[in-house]
This record gives sequence, C-alpha cells and structure tokens, in this order.
Amino acid sequence: MNVLEIRDLSVDYLSGSGTVHAVSGVSLDLRRGEILGLAGESGSGKSTLANAVSRLLRPPAAITSGSVVYHRQDGTAVDVLALGGNELRAFRWKELAVVFQSAMNALNPVSAVGAQIDDVLRAHAPRMSRAERAERSVELLQRVGISADRRRSYPHELSGGMRQRAAIAIALALNPEIIIMDEPTTALDVVVQRDILGEIRALREEYGFAVVFITHDLSLLMEISDRIAIMYAGRVVESGTAKGLHRAPRHPYTMGLLRSFPRLRGPREELLGIPGTPPDLRSPPPGCAFHPRCGLAVDECAVSLPVLTPGGDGEVACLLNDGTGVS
Amino acid sequence: MIILEGRNLTKHFTAARGPRGRFGRRPPVRAVEDVSIALRAGTVSALVGESGCGKSTVARLLAQVYPATSGEVLLRGEPVRAHRGGAFRDYRRQVQLIFQDPFASLNPFHRVRYHLARPLRLHGHARSAEHERELVAELLERVSLTPVEQFMDKLPHELSGGQRQRVAIARALAVRPVALIADEPVSMLDVSIRLGVLRLLEGLARDSGLALLYITHDIASARYFAEDITVMYAGRLIESGPSEELTQAARHPYTRLLLESAPDPDRVTPPGAGRHGEPPSLIHPPGGCRFHPRCPVALPVCSGQAPVRTELGGGHWTHCWDADATVARPGQEAR
Repeated sequence: MNVLEIRDLSVDYLSGSGTVHAVSGVSLDLRRGEILGLAGESGSGKSTLANAVSRLLRPPAAITSGSVVYHRQDGTAVDVLALGGNELRAFRWKELAVVFQSAMNALNPVSAVGAQIDDVLRAHAPRMSRAERAERSVELLQRVGISADRRRSYPHELSGGMRQRAAIAIALALNPEIIIMDEPTTALDVVVQRDILGEIRALREEYGFAVVFITHDLSLLMEISDRIAIMYAGRVVESGTAKGLHRAPRHPYTMGLLRSFPRLRGPREELLGIPGTPPDLRSPPPGCAFHPRCGLAVDECAVSLPVLTPGGDGEVACLLNDGTGVS
Repeated sequence: MIILEGRNLTKHFTAARGPRGRFGRRPPVRAVEDVSIALRAGTVSALVGESGCGKSTVARLLAQVYPATSGEVLLRGEPVRAHRGGAFRDYRRQVQLIFQDPFASLNPFHRVRYHLARPLRLHGHARSAEHERELVAELLERVSLTPVEQFMDKLPHELSGGQRQRVAIARALAVRPVALIADEPVSMLDVSIRLGVLRLLEGLARDSGLALLYITHDIASARYFAEDITVMYAGRLIESGPSEELTQAARHPYTRLLLESAPDPDRVTPPGAGRHGEPPSLIHPPGGCRFHPRCPVALPVCSGQAPVRTELGGGHWTHCWDADATVARPGQEAR
C-alpha cells in the first residue's frame, strides 16, 4: 500500500538566465514502511524533489505541475500541495519529518539537544505536561544511542555522528509515517555511517515509518534500500528493487554508475566510469538527456524522449529497452 | 627513488581556547604522533583515515606549511626546514598541494589563464608573454581541458567541479614539482567525475615521475589508484602495505573495521549490527594503543603500552600487539 504518491511532478527555478527545469515529470510511489533510495549526481533534482514533497521550496523555485498525495493509515487521502497554514504545520513532523545532511546546520547552536526535542513536542503536542515531554526526550535520545545525561549538551559539544543521531531523534519525536533523509551520512566517516545506517534500519523495524533516503552513493543505497529510483537531469531514468538494480541494471546511466565504484573485494575489475559532465539544466540536450554521455546511444536518442516503461522488476526510461519513445 | 620523506613527525597544537590545566597551561592537541612516510618517484601512495585522524596535518607538515613539533622532513634525502622567505618558495617549487574543495581554492574573480600564468611568472618559468601563453596551453592540455582556447578565458564559476579540480591540478603542475600532495582531491566531486580526475593524477605520476601522496577516507579508491596504502588512526600510523595485500589481508583490527564498514553492494551477509564507538579526543588520547577502547580483540597489554612495529614481510607492517608474536595472549594455547 502506498503512503505517498507523486504524480508527474515538475519544479522549475526561475532565474535571470533562463528557467532551470530541476525536476520534470517525476512519478514515484512510496510504500508503507519501505526504504526508498533516491540516487543521482548533484544537480539531478533529488533534493529539489524532496523539498517539493515536504513543501519546503521557496521562490525562485516553483512547482509547475503534478500532484503529491499522502495516504493516512485510516485511508483518507491528503493533497499535500494544497495544504495551507495550520494544516501544513500539522502535516509536517507529525506525518512527514526531514533529516538534513548537515546536522550542525539543522540543529540550533544555542539550544541544548534535549530542549530542541522539547520544542517539537511543545509545538505539536501542547497537551503533554512538562514531565511527560522530558521523559519522551530522554526516551528518544536513548533510542538513537545518546545517553540521557547528554540531553543538556549543545550541538557543538557532540561529535558529528552524535549530532546526526540527535537530528534523527528529533525527526522521530512525533512518530511520523514518512521520514525524508537528505544525505544523512555524507559528512560522516564510514564506521560511524555504518552504525547510523544500522540504527535507521532498526528504528524502521520498530516504528514502521517509510524512508526516502537520498544520496549520491549508489553502493550505500544498494545495501540499505528496498527499492531505488535513479535520477538524471531532473527525471527518473530507472527504478527497481535494490537487488534487481544491482544484478541487472537496464539503463546505461545506472550501469555507468555501478562501474564507477571501486570495489573492495573480489578481483580488481576495470573501472569504466562515465565520460563527460552532467548537462546544464537551462538547456538540456534534446531527446534523452543522457545521450551525449551514453556509449550505447543511437541516432534516435537525440530526438525522442524515452518514457518510463516496465522492465526488470521496475521501470526504465531508455529507447534501447523498449524501442519506442515520444517525439 | 624516495623523493619526499617524513621521519618520526609529531605535531602538537596549542588550543587557543578551552580550560587550562595545571600551571595555567592549556593541554596540547596531539594531532600527529611519530609518523614516518616516504613518497617514491612515479608512485601513488595513499594515506587513509577518518576525519580528524591527522592525515591533513601530515600533508601540511610535508608541505612545510607549519613546522613539526619534532621529527624531520627530507627532500631527496636532505633535511629541509623552509617555512618562510626564499627557502619556502624554493621548496614550494618542488612540492605542491591540491586541496579538497575546488570551489574554494580558485579565486572567483580571476580567469583560468591568470591562475596558471601566475605560478609560471612567480617561479620564473615564463620567458616572454608569448612563451607564457604557450606554457598555459600546454598545462591545460596535460589535464585534458581541451579545446585549450575555450577554457583559457573562463572564470571558475563557468566550470564544473571536475573541470575546476583539473585547473587546480594544472596550477600545481605549473611550477614543475617533483612531489604532489593531493588532500581528498575527489571527495567533493560527483561519482561519475571522480574516476577521470583520479586517472589523470595516476597518469601524471606514471608519465612524469611525480611522487604523489593521495590522502583520502575512501579505502576502496586507494586500492585502485595507489600502489601502497598507509592507514592512520587518531594521529598514529597503524598499518601499511601494498594496496592489494592491505585491503585483502588486513591485520590491524581498525583496518578491518574500516574495510567492513565501507558500503559494498556485493556483500553477501549484512555486517553485524552494533555500535563501534567514535574516535578518541586527541587532547587526552587513550594510553597505549589509541584504538584499544574500541578494539574487539584488545589484550591487557594494549592499554598500557603503544605497540611497536611488526614487520609482516613484503613491505607490509602493522602496529598491533595482536600481530606481535612475542606478546603472551590469554587463551593462546586454545587456538
């Protein structure tokens, strides 16, 4: 069952030197309790998509088309893009929480971490007593692996990993249905990253929330996610289960990404990488945006825009996989 | 041939703020302790470690950005101490640095031509304006920024991250150095771009005989691009060896933890859950082996005495009591 349905969503940035189509026509489903990985290079629109869903976009960004529908557990549907004022405030954090990349910037530097959890509870659950809030703060911090005596610590007194754990605790405060994690472990070391990923999985088992996990690190995504969507130049080019994508990638871009990672085990395979650079989104190449960098491109790729069609255990947008496209 | 070498380098920083200890002194941050590392001509050597382990401090000590508390830096076997003036400039002509963030290391107000011409002029390589133009074009070609005319007059903001890093590399090459220290040169770049920049650095080392130190936190990329890897933890070297042997048959428990933690889609079984703790404070580092509080196989001796170097043959060595046969281990008979 889907908890979030994104249909044909487009986001533009209006700039002086032309309109940037950061996200164009993206459709995605998030199932209840799953971890959906969103991968792509910088500028592929993955963070813009997350911000659009959480309604955090500000001008010059504008949602030009599409819909985002959130399904409550009781079956009622909510049009996220139409929420206003108090409804939006109630939706955020109670239903959908966000963990940002840099916990140092996401946390308030002049307030202790316990007080920041308290803030969330005071704003969203005004009926809780002071003692109940304190109890809940300690419980949340302990749940993510921070001892109770650190609740009076300020963010600068915590290590990077602890700060990210605190940010996760704040996101969990109201038991949301969806947590969007935008590069939550990028600034962390591999060992700390591994511990936090384990923590996210364990919390997901316990609370049953769905996660949208955004990162550029595809190998990391393949370990943690249930399903993965790959974005390139503002579009989803391939989606599928993590296992399926790893075993049989269908889009040349996914193949290129997989062949760009040095492996630690097994024989030293030759790394092929992807030639060229990502396109300028003010004037994306005609047809398939990936065709100038694609080793398998045919003439048709420069003309027709491939559409997502079922393939493998997901969908793929590549002319080589379906032979048709829209002009 | 060893070009650049650090012998027993130690660096203690004095904290500018924070509580004073006894006698009104602030305790030093023991950033680097007894680090020896050698860079050979035409070879890429990697220095791997978590953030805060002191790998960038080692880079700066080798580049003579600040003096070492103790120990020495040798260039072609000669001890050097060149922190200012003509001696520093002379040293900089031979040892160059490349930084992590190409958005910060290029002046946003100047064109590519300026960035490359300036070192040529300052170090006296350009004879005339015409010669200077030729050399700039040559540099751009060496880092594959072609067509040259198109890139020469671009401003940094008109370039992508990978292209900027190439300009930074070309600028380092302008003075014709013998050693290049690359401090996380690709960690800010997109995955699809990284490979090209690493290949470029590898090619420069191979073809021009540069000694290259590749500093990174990504041990998998070190396996592919370096001939040997040295692993650092909390200011100390803990293991070093040929890259293939080190990644496939690591002996130090920390190196193994690092290898296990790296994301790997090929992994058959998910790694054991659990918390592995975090690196220690360098103001009051743990006694003995600095890894012992987090070590799964710590012995009683580990907390008391820093482990000595154990040679494992073939250039592979480690600082670990567990690898040292002379130390009595509890339950050894049972093994």
